[in-house]
Amino acid sequence: MKPERTEGHYVAPLEETALEATDTLRVEEAPLSLWADAWRKLRRRPLFIVSSIMILALIFIALFPGVFTQVPPNNECLLANSEAGPREGHPFGFTFQGCDLFSRVIHGTQASLSVGILAVLCVLVIGVTFGALAGYYGGWLDAVLARLGDIFFALPLILGALVITQLPFFRENKSVWTVVVVIAMLAWPQMARITRGAVIEVRNADFVTAARSLGVSRFGALMRHVLPNALAPVIVLATLELGVFIVTEATLSFLGIGVPESVMSWGHDIAAAQVSIRTNPMILIYPSIALSLCVLSFIMLGDALRDALDPKSRER
Amino acid sequence: MSFEESPAASGPQIVDDVPAGGRPILDMRDVAITFTTGSGSLHAVRKADLTIMPGETVAIVGESGSGKSTTALAAIGLLPGNGRVSAGQILLDGEDVAHAPERRMIELRGNTIGMVPQDPMSNLNPVWRIGYQVRETLRANGRPDGPADVARVLAEAGLPDAQRRARQYPHEFSGGMRQRALIAIALSCSPKLLIADEPTSALDVTVQRRILDHLETMTSELGTSVLLITHDLGLAAERADKVVVMYRGRVVESGPSLELLRNPLHPYTQRLVAKAPSLASRRIQVAKEAGLESGELLTPSAEAVEKAAEKAEATTAEAIEAEEVPAAAVPEAPSDDVLVIEDLTKVFRLRTGLGRGTDFTAVDGVSFRVQRGTTTALVGESGSGKSTVAQMVLQLLAPTSGRIVFDGIDTAGLDRRQLFAFRRRVQPIFQDPYGSLDPMYNIYRTIEEPLRTHRIGDRATRELKVRELLDQVALPQSAMQRYPNELSGGQRQRVAVARALALDPEVIICDEAVSALDVLVQAQVLNLLAELQERLGLTYLFITHDLAVVRQIADHVCVMEKGRLVETGTTDRVFDSPEKDYTRALLDAIPGGKLLLPPEVL
Repeated sequence: MKPERTEGHYVAPLEETALEATDTLRVEEAPLSLWADAWRKLRRRPLFIVSSIMILALIFIALFPGVFTQVPPNNECLLANSEAGPREGHPFGFTFQGCDLFSRVIHGTQASLSVGILAVLCVLVIGVTFGALAGYYGGWLDAVLARLGDIFFALPLILGALVITQLPFFRENKSVWTVVVVIAMLAWPQMARITRGAVIEVRNADFVTAARSLGVSRFGALMRHVLPNALAPVIVLATLELGVFIVTEATLSFLGIGVPESVMSWGHDIAAAQVSIRTNPMILIYPSIALSLCVLSFIMLGDALRDALDPKSRER
Repeated sequence: MSFEESPAASGPQIVDDVPAGGRPILDMRDVAITFTTGSGSLHAVRKADLTIMPGETVAIVGESGSGKSTTALAAIGLLPGNGRVSAGQILLDGEDVAHAPERRMIELRGNTIGMVPQDPMSNLNPVWRIGYQVRETLRANGRPDGPADVARVLAEAGLPDAQRRARQYPHEFSGGMRQRALIAIALSCSPKLLIADEPTSALDVTVQRRILDHLETMTSELGTSVLLITHDLGLAAERADKVVVMYRGRVVESGPSLELLRNPLHPYTQRLVAKAPSLASRRIQVAKEAGLESGELLTPSAEAVEKAAEKAEATTAEAIEAEEVPAAAVPEAPSDDVLVIEDLTKVFRLRTGLGRGTDFTAVDGVSFRVQRGTTTALVGESGSGKSTVAQMVLQLLAPTSGRIVFDGIDTAGLDRRQLFAFRRRVQPIFQDPYGSLDPMYNIYRTIEEPLRTHRIGDRATRELKVRELLDQVALPQSAMQRYPNELSGGQRQRVAVARALALDPEVIICDEAVSALDVLVQAQVLNLLAELQERLGLTYLFITHDLAVVRQIADHVCVMEKGRLVETGTTDRVFDSPEKDYTRALLDAIPGGKLLLPPEVL
């Protein structure tokens, strides 16, 4: 059934092209905020599901290592067990010093996660504050903060950490906290840069001008409108950096300038396993796998978040 | 994949179905275009029929999302990856291109079919010289591509000094020049069909007219058919022989342009004809020549006449009220000028190096008055300084010199608290309905924010007020929990209006408030603004580049050019007897000016 084709005036059959009221509001679906929208997208992504299950498991292990192993990681080390293979109650075998490897790997989770999370929190506080102020106010403040950031940015993380940990204060008070402080000191400029860029992008949006012209103060507009809209890339970066910081902690511990020997850390285990690499490589491989899985899960989560929070992928 | 309706699904095929008067250059028959998205198939276009004869100009008119651009993209085989022609035939010069292989399409593009894209700013590659980009096209189509040929192509598109221009980069070109370069590229291989997708929407009105004139001359010289895509029915009718109106993916009406304007049969076309600003403006003009008052025409129903009478009453009542205000409150406003701008100047310092800079005068000695309860339009092209004036009136930008007197008080001397009070009385509505609402705030929070900021009422009374405001802008109360991304442009703009009204302001500054909206939605928002003005006695300062809209709503017009005010007067005076050439050029640029229309079409 084709309408007749003429060179003249054609009108579509009215019953097929009924006119709708101009600009009607669709109200069938539930209202969606940015976060609800992101959540809806996230929960269907395998990447997100897998990574968040892994992260929840890691957090559980870090909080309750006793559920998984009753063997203390540090004492009860018998040299007779040195580099012994797996056996009943000791699924991963023993280290060079004769300690239970499974217990060490389980207990090492705590140090890695706590350093990673605490360092990210510090970096967020410093980086977001500096970045937001620099990006929003601009001018000399921006110039000063940007140069300050550049100074730290120019220091390679490991080299910087080597130098800082040799300072007397850090050498004498070696703990999880010193590692956190060192990482935060060297890593905040990255976060500040990302925040600054995001804030600059939002700062000139019409809704900020609108808020200002209805009487919201300059700082109020930053807190209420600019920052919430600039947060998405910051969250993504924070998740990715969490993984990076966990590696950094392991690296520093590997080099002997990380957490003290008394604290279980995968970095220590990897360093200690060097002597056994020929005789029993599994001693090296178990903590390495633990470290890799932990970092991988955070990087995967970051990737999933980046896709979900990307404003360009949002449907109107 | 379902091709049941397309017998020519496999490869090129010549159809020997030649109607009288030669074979059409483009013949679309029953075309359907489907997009595959994450949530299933989306039928963007259905049953589209379109015929373009050689040398003919056909315009597709429709609102955003009506499928007009998609239809054109299908003709040139440039649908996005997830889109396909799911039914029907697209015959380009007799050859079915709907399912032609990509190689064949590449051969056809440039030679047989060319395209001028919408946005001249993003469609030239910024890292290559203009000449290189022209040569690329010539070479791809096997044409001579020496520097002389490139210069000739550019010169034909109306670029002066083409030799030198060919060596420049896109950023050295103005918007109009870029569009000329794009037209040059599209026409360089003399295609038989040119698709022009909103070729001038991003340009200033006077430039727009020159470009369209030139395009017309060039295509008629070459005998090229043109498929013009536009949202402006007036422009379409003026430039095209035939107009095709699309609505929600369907062709609802097509026919010879004037026939369509004078005798629209489909209700959607009727609505468009009634509401298109360029046409409305033209109608007023025709009516005036016939000796009719413009007021009668804007709202031609009996109901409207009643409204007008009410308005007159309201203004007198207000005038009486205003007189009752103690004289001390209005020390230096003898007349009812709510806003007096005196010799306003803004100089920006452009940094050129360390400690050095050049001064750029964005606004230069502008003075005008805005009467209470009226609409004053500030008109100008981009760079005329009109938005800078708006920013200064809103106290978002400090003037270099000059005074802004609001309700008898010089705003320069306002302290923090007075400024806070001032903000309550003067509110803005911005151009971009997508940018002016915080995407993180739902509609309730958005409209409530001014109330909360000014600590008005408690939770319950604020919610009541928000509901009331939503009613005023004709949005359902169920919209309260929605987020801006769920609303259309017009709905967002109505939310912005509601937010602006929340504090019961006296003056509203509309900075291109309807420019980004579709024609019908634009008319709807303009009506809403007019209605609110009647009911609440609002004063509008309307910043716009669109004179057609000005004629529909404004009482006074101020025309700005390069930071200076060139002409002011009542709307009727400025439109009937413009004094300055610039104003005349702006007026001539309203599309549809050449159309012969009866004063009332409906």
